Amino acid sequence: MNRLKNPSRRTFLKSGAAASGALVIGVALPDAMAKMSVTTSMPNAWIRIGSDNSVTILCARSEMGQGVVMAMPTLVAEELEVDLNKIKVDFAPPGEAYINSMLGAQLTGGSTSVRDGWEKLRIAGAQARSMLIQAAADKWHVDASKCRAHNGVVSGPGGKKASYGQLAQAASKLTPPKEVKLKPPSEFRYVGKPLNRLDTAAKIRGKAEYGIDVRLPGMLYASLAQCPVLGGKVVSFDAEEAKSMPGVKHVVQIPDGIAVVADSWWRAKKARDTIKIQWDEGANKTLSTESAFAGLAQAMAQPAAQIRKQGDVDAAMKTAAKTLEATYEMPFLSHSPMEPMNFTADVRKDSATLIGSIQFQQAALGTAAAITGLKPEQITVRTTFLGGGFGRRIDYDYVAQAVLISKAIGAPVKLVWTREDDMTHDFYRPASLHKMAGALDAEGRPVALSLKMSSPSVTARLIPPLVKDGVDPLMTEAILVPYDVANQSVGTVIHDTGLRVGYLRSVSHALNIFANESFIDEMAHAAGKDPYEYRRALLEKQPRHKRVLEAVAREAGWGKPLPAGRARGIALMEGYDTYMAQVAEVSVEDGKIKLHRVVVAVDAGPMVNPNIVRQQIEGNIVFGLTALKYGNITLKDGRVEQTNFDKYLMVRMPECPVVETHLVPSGDKPGGIGEPATALLGPTVANAVFALTGKRLRKMPLSIA
Amino acid sequence: MITLTVNGRKRQVNAEPDTPLLWVLRDTLGMTGTKFGCGAQLCGACTVHLDGKPVRSCGTPVSAAAGKHITTIEAIDKTEAGRKIQAAWAELDVPQCGYCQSGQIMSATALLAEKPHPTDADIDAAMEGNVCRCGTYPRIRAAIHKAAGTKGA
Repeated sequence: MNRLKNPSRRTFLKSGAAASGALVIGVALPDAMAKMSVTTSMPNAWIRIGSDNSVTILCARSEMGQGVVMAMPTLVAEELEVDLNKIKVDFAPPGEAYINSMLGAQLTGGSTSVRDGWEKLRIAGAQARSMLIQAAADKWHVDASKCRAHNGVVSGPGGKKASYGQLAQAASKLTPPKEVKLKPPSEFRYVGKPLNRLDTAAKIRGKAEYGIDVRLPGMLYASLAQCPVLGGKVVSFDAEEAKSMPGVKHVVQIPDGIAVVADSWWRAKKARDTIKIQWDEGANKTLSTESAFAGLAQAMAQPAAQIRKQGDVDAAMKTAAKTLEATYEMPFLSHSPMEPMNFTADVRKDSATLIGSIQFQQAALGTAAAITGLKPEQITVRTTFLGGGFGRRIDYDYVAQAVLISKAIGAPVKLVWTREDDMTHDFYRPASLHKMAGALDAEGRPVALSLKMSSPSVTARLIPPLVKDGVDPLMTEAILVPYDVANQSVGTVIHDTGLRVGYLRSVSHALNIFANESFIDEMAHAAGKDPYEYRRALLEKQPRHKRVLEAVAREAGWGKPLPAGRARGIALMEGYDTYMAQVAEVSVEDGKIKLHRVVVAVDAGPMVNPNIVRQQIEGNIVFGLTALKYGNITLKDGRVEQTNFDKYLMVRMPECPVVETHLVPSGDKPGGIGEPATALLGPTVANAVFALTGKRLRKMPLSIA
Repeated sequence: MITLTVNGRKRQVNAEPDTPLLWVLRDTLGMTGTKFGCGAQLCGACTVHLDGKPVRSCGTPVSAAAGKHITTIEAIDKTEAGRKIQAAWAELDVPQCGYCQSGQIMSATALLAEKPHPTDADIDAAMEGNVCRCGTYPRIRAAIHKAAGTKGA
């Protein structure tokens, strides 16, 4: 997802340090934090300094693999002047200061964390440093300009020294400076360096706490039977056997189904399996893959909401030397993070504690407040590490379920879904159809391009006010081509197939870029031109696109001979303010596509941590390869047919290609890196398969059978 | 009551004999380093060692683990291969979300203990049962080679 609330971000940046200060300082923090050790001071919402000189930096984004637990504190520490290796990081509670200005909510998604935090977090660090220096200057009765901060110590004239721990309490009482001067990049000590992550040590020892690992005193465990058809309801149930099974404490009906609560999860799950439930399967019981795509095809006949209209496409088509048409098709996908959905809730009469793996802290708080009738200040939300998110944990159905169960039984409870629950009760990546038409002049140059997409809208379900005049701003991501084509018509039609949909890593970039970058390849072929040179010639007005395209061609050895049976494909995208081009090398073995090597050139602007950028690109390639080889959620009789990793296959070690990443940053603002590479792999590989076999694959997952 | 030997320590647990070892470790003994991923021996997140061999604890009844030495991620650093693997994992910064990494490290350690100089084909065979949704495979392969002092393709 991208730029839900860009105007507010611009306003925020324009008003600069002062506005940021107003946001981060003096925020009312939840009781639990205010009551922490009296020796802890908070110069602002991001920083806690103990009288023992301990420094804790709060990370307001959910760590789901993408490295925010490293990147966010790096930005604060850079300006705070503390040793990054000695700090502790805590995940922030819900709070006004922690709202993601790009999304208008305390939400992790859209590859926004670094873009949102790039200035804000350095300003927060600089403000706190300035306050600590001022506290020292006041103490020594000298001018602050005579004092310096380094590694958690302020030094002053005559060899005076005071540690942050000694100064924090006085500093916290000062008014934050309205303006602070940020370091020039040449003075960065941590930002831009390929440092190893702070969370690695815990993660290789089994010590990182994920939602599923939470334990509370007196906690019980729940397993929940939900209707196999999404949206179905319980008509009646028989839980007599379950109630007599060892360790079973409660059987609870909630709107989503029947929960068994026991003294261990396995006992709860076994008892759940014995419950006989009669379901009203509701409106979706006849839903099938065929009916979903038939609906999308019908929607394609409806008038589109226009995203771009330029020139006269119809006229250009009529006079063109050559025209071509194609339809592309994308399937539903599941998120399937390795940690199945789970959540721990302890709802009491006058308070509630919520702990777990979530991407949307405010939604967890809000849903719990609505269910319990408690005030937000009576509810504590603690975010753990996430065992993958990929957008699934923006939704909070599992949070609400745990809250409802805990409320019903009056005890702390950990609800854990099975993998089957997780795969069959996802909010699926929307399927889509893309109808493309293009026209070439006598020299093969594109003179007209018509794109029309039909797809369900996640935004219409999750954030309806953002859908205006039939346009979901997230459905149109990457739908506009960067190429110089005089006549263009681009439009979308929203169509709800009945299957509930959610944002999945790279969201609509994956849909639109597959169609667009495959089709430009088709146009190059129709023109009899090299697909790299063809694109390049159309990018005179797009220097950053052109630069990454040239870089990837150079690094991949585009045009140079390959071993027999191998071919290359190329593709290009801007997404999340990041410019990227990829070249894939493929072969076909035993009738299956094999991806050997992927070369990536990326301009993500200034990087907080190039090591994490590389990690993200490697991981995105594997994620994208899983989607293009296997990703396909299918429906029959309203049921998702894939229930576990035996039918919903994942790329494994032997299929993993070599990934070569070339960092070619430009510009002065960071781009997002958590998502673009996964979207772009689809067309890159499909284009390579075409180069190898002459077969144009227009449907995911890619199959040459 | 069933008597288990977990990381060298005898533990008495009260669980039905068919309870998967995974849930005894996690819920009964509070050792949450071993992860639940699929419950069907398909993803490897729950990998532990039984007498030094990697097994999926989600598909191992606790009764089948009685009398054997169970080693989990919490104590894998007590073995030489485990220490080497963890050091390489740290140096190459392998984990992303980290959820599957306990299982990955248990499988990699068993490989290294059995084959001190694994080839890429050995790595493919030993690690194929462990799914990483974040896609850390390139670094896992490199880290195993590093721990073994071998060079990959």
